[in-house]
Amino acid sequence: MKEENFTKEQIIGFYKKMLLIRRFEEKAGQLYGMGLIGGFCHLSIGQEAVAVGTHAASKLGNAFITSYRDHGLMLACDSDPKVIMAELAGKETGCSKGKGGSMHIFDVEKKFFGGHGIVSAQVPIGTGMAFASKYQKKDDIVFTYFGDGAVNQGQVYEAFNMASLWALPVIYIIENNEYAMGTSVQRSTLVPELYKRGESFGIKGKQVDGMDFFTVYEATSEAVEHCHAGNGPMLLEMKTYRYRGHSMSDPANYRSKEEVENVKQNHDPIETLKKYMVDKKIASEEECKKFDKEIRNLIKESEDFAKHSKEPESSELYTDVYK
Amino acid sequence: MAFSISFYSPSILMSSVKVFKRSLSTTRMLANKQMTVRDALNSAMDEEMERDERVYILGEEVALYDGAYKVSRGLYKKYGESRVIDTPITEIGFAGIAVGSAMAGLRPICEFMTFNFSMQAIDQVINSAAKTFYMSAGRVNVPIVFRGPNGAASGVAAQHSQCFGAWYSQCPGLKVISPYNSEDAKGLLKAAIRDPDPVVFLENELLYGNQYPITDEVLDKDFVLPIGKAKIERKGDHITLVAHSKGVELALDAAKELSAIGIEAEVINLRSLRPLDINTIIQSVVKTNHIISVEQGWPYAGIGSEISAQIMESEAFYHLDAPVIRVTGADVPMPYTKSLEIAALPQPNDIVETAKKILGV
Repeated sequence: MKEENFTKEQIIGFYKKMLLIRRFEEKAGQLYGMGLIGGFCHLSIGQEAVAVGTHAASKLGNAFITSYRDHGLMLACDSDPKVIMAELAGKETGCSKGKGGSMHIFDVEKKFFGGHGIVSAQVPIGTGMAFASKYQKKDDIVFTYFGDGAVNQGQVYEAFNMASLWALPVIYIIENNEYAMGTSVQRSTLVPELYKRGESFGIKGKQVDGMDFFTVYEATSEAVEHCHAGNGPMLLEMKTYRYRGHSMSDPANYRSKEEVENVKQNHDPIETLKKYMVDKKIASEEECKKFDKEIRNLIKESEDFAKHSKEPESSELYTDVYK
Repeated sequence: MAFSISFYSPSILMSSVKVFKRSLSTTRMLANKQMTVRDALNSAMDEEMERDERVYILGEEVALYDGAYKVSRGLYKKYGESRVIDTPITEIGFAGIAVGSAMAGLRPICEFMTFNFSMQAIDQVINSAAKTFYMSAGRVNVPIVFRGPNGAASGVAAQHSQCFGAWYSQCPGLKVISPYNSEDAKGLLKAAIRDPDPVVFLENELLYGNQYPITDEVLDKDFVLPIGKAKIERKGDHITLVAHSKGVELALDAAKELSAIGIEAEVINLRSLRPLDINTIIQSVVKTNHIISVEQGWPYAGIGSEISAQIMESEAFYHLDAPVIRVTGADVPMPYTKSLEIAALPQPNDIVETAKKILGV
């Protein structure tokens, strides 16, 4: 197993990062309920191992692009939670000065390229970034994430075809959380093995337990090696689950409470890693409580930062239309 | 998607032009120096590719086939497959790839075989290319050119004959250029490629083979025209005709006819549809007190409608002696048969008659 390759500190770091995403999203949900965050807000609670595990397997210079369920991945890219929370709250200190909102967040320095609101549009874009990488004779891989809903969009396959044809360094990561809004995978396709979706383009695919950090890490590492060897794209289907609704307005009546509870109780990615850490004496229960407190403080800082920041000046309305 | 086209030999023309430039470089306006729009576009891309390694071309048939309309002719041979890239028939796919590569620092020229096919890709043009700079508060720009033939072709009916000038011009974040002649084509395409924002560059298939006089200045590697600036093609005091692309040709033909009966029309070639050079139009209207807009596209919410509205909202309104009139394509999908196709498109005579009517002649 790959976990043997990590130091204690690294494993604790991954745990804390997943916890950061969890607490960030919980807080975002809470602030949404209070009316501090508006519009659409898509939380990734339950999917933390995918963001953190894939990022952990990336190399310096690799780029990341995803859909509108994006806060978690941006946090995994080590962006400052304060500027993300401020963006959700529509403040001038937000990463897009309050002009992008939850679905359009960017951190170019951390190689996080959004945050895209149109289902599947980021797939050709990520492929194009990989094209640029190859054009510039760099070895940088582009991690391109999309959901089980996006896999039924045509442009995904147009991108697959060219990525494969031109052997582009792109890893496609399907975050299969089982529901595209309220429509389950089984109700939207006869072939629910999404990792097979690249086969007709010659793209190797693998199904991965997206609820386990180490499994995600290991599969992604293999994909990174595959790309670095010049073999072109690879496809990973991360089997994961979102605990909350599609967006904040979704009470999730299309699935049973038992189904959700079962995943929470038996497959939670954070609890799984915590149990591993405690069993292996990497961290004690007490220490884990301490980490949680640390994270909660960090989130509180982000909340305060967002609350106390100003809305953008009205003159901002007309800036950044053209460079 | 089937095309039958004819074209002049650019290589012969270009070499003679180069000789001219060397031997007669002090003579700026040499009347018989000519260039086709196709060659002007081709040399613009060639020069910009030579100037900047980040510039590359992708699209259907742009490389090995030398371009469906031969606009990219010779570039594959010169720059190779890494910079002149044939794509499968997959518009939204390659448009999205081009957008992503621009976000990552390249300067793609994304050719649509015709802009009709850009409808397959319009989400990437509007939602990804045009809006990302704003959505990222200026952190991610998209320096890309979407180019290809636009507007009515000949005898290809409704799905292959449409002007997308108004469609794309409506979207903030995009710049939209619609050149008329060779000078426009060269200077504006070079400007578009160098521009840090996404540019939609609307060419006209029927103008590709036309030769237009050019100056030495146009042949210069650094000849760039400003985006957002119109050109007065013909001066006149009695009425303003404002047009773009093929419409400029119609307006100039009409101006000639009007001149014969003593009416001097001022013809404005818009060159850019967004930003729109409304000041040049206003100044002309202040002088002529009459204006007709000319376009081949549909009237409904068209370029002429926008010009008309902007005049109403400006001081030019107080200088008008008659209402603004739009001469446009008919408000129908383009028919196939020749007689109906002609009836669906504005003709110089339509402009002449409209001018006479509003001038009370």
